[in-house]
Amino acid sequence: MNQTHDANPAHEAGSVYDGLLAGEADGHWAFGTSFEDPLAGVDTTVPEGVDPGDLAGYCLMLGDDALVLSHRLTEWCSNAPDLEEDVALANIALDLLGQARLLLARAAAADPAVVPALPDGSPVPPEDALAFFRDEPHFRNVRLVEAPTGDFAATVTRLFLCACWRLALLERLATSRDQVLAAVAAKGVTEVTYHRDYAARWLVTLAQGTEESRRRTSTALASLWPAVDELFGSHGVEPRMAAAGAGVDPATVRADVDAVVDQVLAAAGLERPQVPAMSGVRDRTGRDGLHTEAFGHLLAEMQAVARAHPMGMW
Amino acid sequence: MTTVDDVAPELVESFETTIGHHDRIEPRDWMPEGYRRTLVRQIAQHAHSEIIGMQPEGNWLTRAPSLRRKAILLAKVQDEAGHGLYLYSACETLGVSRQQLTEMLISGAQKYSSIFNYPTPSWADVGTIGWLVDGAAICNQVPLCRTSYGPYGRAMIRICKEESFHQRQGYELLMTMMRGTDEQREMVQESVDRFWWPALMMFGPPDDDSPNTAQSMEWGIKRHTNDELRQRFVDMSVPQAEALGVTLPDPELRWNEERGAHDFGAIDWDEFWTVVKGGGPCNAQRIAHRKRAWDDGAWVREAATAFARRSAS
Repeated sequence: MNQTHDANPAHEAGSVYDGLLAGEADGHWAFGTSFEDPLAGVDTTVPEGVDPGDLAGYCLMLGDDALVLSHRLTEWCSNAPDLEEDVALANIALDLLGQARLLLARAAAADPAVVPALPDGSPVPPEDALAFFRDEPHFRNVRLVEAPTGDFAATVTRLFLCACWRLALLERLATSRDQVLAAVAAKGVTEVTYHRDYAARWLVTLAQGTEESRRRTSTALASLWPAVDELFGSHGVEPRMAAAGAGVDPATVRADVDAVVDQVLAAAGLERPQVPAMSGVRDRTGRDGLHTEAFGHLLAEMQAVARAHPMGMW
Repeated sequence: MTTVDDVAPELVESFETTIGHHDRIEPRDWMPEGYRRTLVRQIAQHAHSEIIGMQPEGNWLTRAPSLRRKAILLAKVQDEAGHGLYLYSACETLGVSRQQLTEMLISGAQKYSSIFNYPTPSWADVGTIGWLVDGAAICNQVPLCRTSYGPYGRAMIRICKEESFHQRQGYELLMTMMRGTDEQREMVQESVDRFWWPALMMFGPPDDDSPNTAQSMEWGIKRHTNDELRQRFVDMSVPQAEALGVTLPDPELRWNEERGAHDFGAIDWDEFWTVVKGGGPCNAQRIAHRKRAWDDGAWVREAATAFARRSAS
């Protein structure tokens, strides 16, 4: 009972409500209500020697990975094992969604031809046209991020594998000759470092927890492992972007990613699963727009409202 | 149970002096059992409302029609989980664990705000919930920043700031839709038609039918009556509805010069009690969802406990 406070009810309407309802500046909020264009005020000139189409295609790849993984993590909202995990998974989903917005906007600015055509006068911004009005074969994400969410073990296992890989890519991209990509990557490195840490801790905890949690974790690892190989495939655009000093060829990060994965698996007492890699169809995989059956359902859900209102303002 | 009769008179006097001076009671202070029980009930109900409240809006997370709105909504639903956490923690200072509280929510022994037993069939509901439901919640909750129990009051300060931000975001969402197509404007009006009356019910039964109000006001747990707060909400919402360009679904709503306040139509208290008693459109669904999440997460919580125990030994 050591805190004295102003208890005069007459002061209440005069102070507290005013503070809440009057127009305060929104600058200190992560998602201020005036924040429209994710690349507002940014110079989006494509650097010399970088093909705008390649840059756009490359941004779509990394942007779609983030968008789709974010969607899967969002599915946990209000379903997590405890409130702390609800908060953490939403946080990670938000980080990835933020990365996706910047990368899709970067793709559209680099090469407007990648943005689907909408009716004349549509107010839908390019990032949303890309997210909500592209058909499945135009999505460039790897198949690992689209697999159905599964249980908490599958969620942290996938997040761990994706974060190890994405972090390796973003660390190198931070020196991209494209200043926008470099800035997005530099911001992303901090975020994905946390994602990897969160997922690795849970992976070890679950693998070393109870018999049940260990069984679920091994099952998750075995079921996701076939999609890992695809993370390190090169898909035309990537080697060209790497040669131009603006992108990373994922084949070059494999050794580094393997080392981190092996270290955490060793701490967890888990073995690398001996299962064959998931092939593509006539060598086409996620990056080529060839997806799993689950992906169409994900898109149908994600795009339904936006597609019903191509002239809508949100 | 400790009653006032069993304790040293100076403790009772100290408690009453603190309340009389509108100072804060802190967790280690002596308090009457009834005060503690009332607080646990109220704070738990509030915490449960935050957690159950994640569902109706979470319903739209994977379908949000723009990435910006998706980010705003996800951040908002995440805030609600955070509010639940602070409030459960405030409740734990009164000697009840989060696990016990969660179990009481799932078993139906404790309640949550009835508003969340209404469905969200339209994307516009995300905006309407922000504007009207969070708006009503703010009217209810701002006075609680001055509530007599310290941990609750302090939690409420942060929660109210975030809620007011949510309310403005919801209103801005609706405003943007109103500037869009005819179909979008219809969506907003239809949503406001559904949520207006349930929002008015959020202030609880009328004063002459609210058995707990008098004692709660005497203890400084509650600072205004249900009807006072409801009136304040109506008066605040009318100009906002006009600015938005929607019609509030109440033909009797009009300014009363004499009272300096708006008159409004009769609330359907039968509907209110039906929903409170479990007969609302989503009561069973909301609890089943929470129970499923809790049950499905049991193996994870057990694994974390086992791992922590092993690491400590």
